[in-house]
Amino acid sequence: MNWTNLFKIALKAIANNKTRAFLTMLGIIIGVAAVITMIAIGQGAKQSIQKEISSMGSNIIMIHPGGDRRGGVRLSADEMQTLKIEDYEALRNECIYVTALSPNVSAAGQLISGNNNYPASVSGVGTEYLKIRQLEIADGEMFTEHEVKSSAKVCVIGKTIVDNLFPDGRNPIGETIRINQVPLRVVGVLEAKGYNSMGMDQDEIVLAPYTTVMKRLLAVTYLQGIFASAISEDMTDYATDEIEEILRRQHRLKEDEPDDFMIRSQQELSEMMDTTTNILTTLLACIAGISLLVGGIGIMNIMYVSVTERTREIGLRMSVGARGIDILVQFLIEAILISITGGIIGIIFGGTICACVNWLANWPVSIQTWSVVLSFVVCTVTGVFFGWYPAKKAAALDPIDALRYE
Amino acid sequence: MKKVIELQNIKRDFVVGDETVHALRGVSFDISEGEFVTIMGASGSGKSTMLNILGCLDTPTSGEYLLDSIPVKTMSKSQRAVLRNRKIGFVFQNYNLLPKSTAIENVELPLMYNSGIGGTERRSRAIEALKAVGLGDRLNHKSNQMSGGQMQRVAIARALVNNPSVILADEATGNLDTRTSFEILVLLQKLHAEGRTIIFVTHNPDIALYSSRNIRLRDGHIIEDTVNTDIQSAEKTLASLPVSEDD
Ligand SMILES: Nc1ncnc2c1ncn2[C@@H]1O[C@H](COP(=O)(O)OP(=O)(O)OP(=O)(O)O)[C@@H](O)[C@H]1O
Ligand SMILES: [Mg+2]
Repeated sequence: MNWTNLFKIALKAIANNKTRAFLTMLGIIIGVAAVITMIAIGQGAKQSIQKEISSMGSNIIMIHPGGDRRGGVRLSADEMQTLKIEDYEALRNECIYVTALSPNVSAAGQLISGNNNYPASVSGVGTEYLKIRQLEIADGEMFTEHEVKSSAKVCVIGKTIVDNLFPDGRNPIGETIRINQVPLRVVGVLEAKGYNSMGMDQDEIVLAPYTTVMKRLLAVTYLQGIFASAISEDMTDYATDEIEEILRRQHRLKEDEPDDFMIRSQQELSEMMDTTTNILTTLLACIAGISLLVGGIGIMNIMYVSVTERTREIGLRMSVGARGIDILVQFLIEAILISITGGIIGIIFGGTICACVNWLANWPVSIQTWSVVLSFVVCTVTGVFFGWYPAKKAAALDPIDALRYE
Repeated sequence: MKKVIELQNIKRDFVVGDETVHALRGVSFDISEGEFVTIMGASGSGKSTMLNILGCLDTPTSGEYLLDSIPVKTMSKSQRAVLRNRKIGFVFQNYNLLPKSTAIENVELPLMYNSGIGGTERRSRAIEALKAVGLGDRLNHKSNQMSGGQMQRVAIARALVNNPSVILADEATGNLDTRTSFEILVLLQKLHAEGRTIIFVTHNPDIALYSSRNIRLRDGHIIEDTVNTDIQSAEKTLASLPVSEDD
């Protein structure tokens, strides 16, 4: 077999039919690029949500009043008031799988400082809240246990609040802000966290002792929730069981009575999020699959349309002495060159689109090796097969029949 | 003399729809090495069909075809391809050139499938063949940029480039003026003198004067097979032709 000559013949055949080669390549490029981009966007979204969740504190456990009614039944006011400070204290004294615990109550209102005001809600929490939510103090300090006990009028604020209430760049530490007539002294500023994947500003936050919010702002005796942090992520299940047991005892619930509170762990939340992002990824993968199919059909069409022309060419080559194998090798070389070039361009193109999406639309993308390999292989195999198959059929004809083919 | 070609009761039927066309209805003859045979006959009498079979491009419906005493139907497709590549030079009635390719690329084509011939030799032989048919100045013209007669001559050059011992030409001068026809005829007589076997299909009865034997076909039968004892020299005729004014 004369590989050099067959290679030359194949190159020449491609050069003589640039449009055909280009259109075939286009099918492959579109297929490969689409798959890579779609999967990268899907995976990017998934990963960023996962990162988000773990940055919120992966061991977090949230306890809310009311039964576990996720069907959308509205809770009555009675049910909303089942969590008490005593419950919090009981958990605090008895839990062994929990490292940090904080009550949660919040009051909405207009924050005012001098001429500036900003609508926000004040979260009443305990000192361990920072640890649970993995927040850091950037400036000043967190309010103390003592200030919690004495319902001190102090608060810690996030960057967005600082920017809006103190636009002149003044150091907010020691300043007083007011909410619903109650003055709160700023003792600390939180480290900025930016927006989360759902577009929520995580720096729009005001923390105050829960006692202060309950007594001075809301005048209530019940809690809106309790946040806890399990010792480790895999201990989350033990921690939730333990909490449930303690709370049922606290609330004197009988064996057959349902819980009048609801425990949600971050783990559960992250599973839920996973399901959502998996749906997204599947959807994108479907779109990608369709693109792959369209690309494949494109390749098929081009090859099919050129069969007549190429069958004549094959007849001519055979009539001057090309053997069946020479024809097949020529066509295979052509198909492989076109498909691999197309595949590589497709990968580059897909990577560029990903970079553009990331840069222009600010979407997180994550290019997956398997998607690159898969799309490349599928497109190349399609290209090579449809390049080779008509050649195989034509090479089986008598030269004169191939020359007369219509 | 050794027999190159032996045809024994060759038939070729074409099925068109539910009708059968009998293009060849039992043709038998032998051709020895070094013969120059012209084949004549009316349009549709089966000349091309027969030549295609002789060139191993087509398979007869029945009958035996022996090439160098070997039955062609016992050969594999690859063996036949190698035969076409090394032993036979075929000029198609409708040229069958590679589109979008230059004259030289077309002529080089048979040698591309012969691994015994390197690039340099391939090129020089192609140029030589093109010069022999008077196309030395058209080497890099594409097949679609040439006249019918020029394409025909490229096809002839392609058939000669592999130094075949059997040359099969189907109406190879049909599109040429008298002068160029005779130039080709001179070339063929020269090859004949070198000992090659030539089979030449033509409509021009004058050409039979320059061959050693003439076979006449009608309706798929041989109706006449005569040996020419008085072979004319094409070279002399060419010399006696009046030089056209625009030359
Ligand atoms: N592929 C084919 N299918 C059907 N019929 C065919 C085919 N090829 C040739 N024929 C028929 O066979 C007969 C002989 O055809 P052939 O081409 O051999 O004629 P020819 O002698 O070469 O004619 P011409 O001088 O016009 O070239 C014709 O009647 C033609 O219609
Ligand atoms: Mg004919």
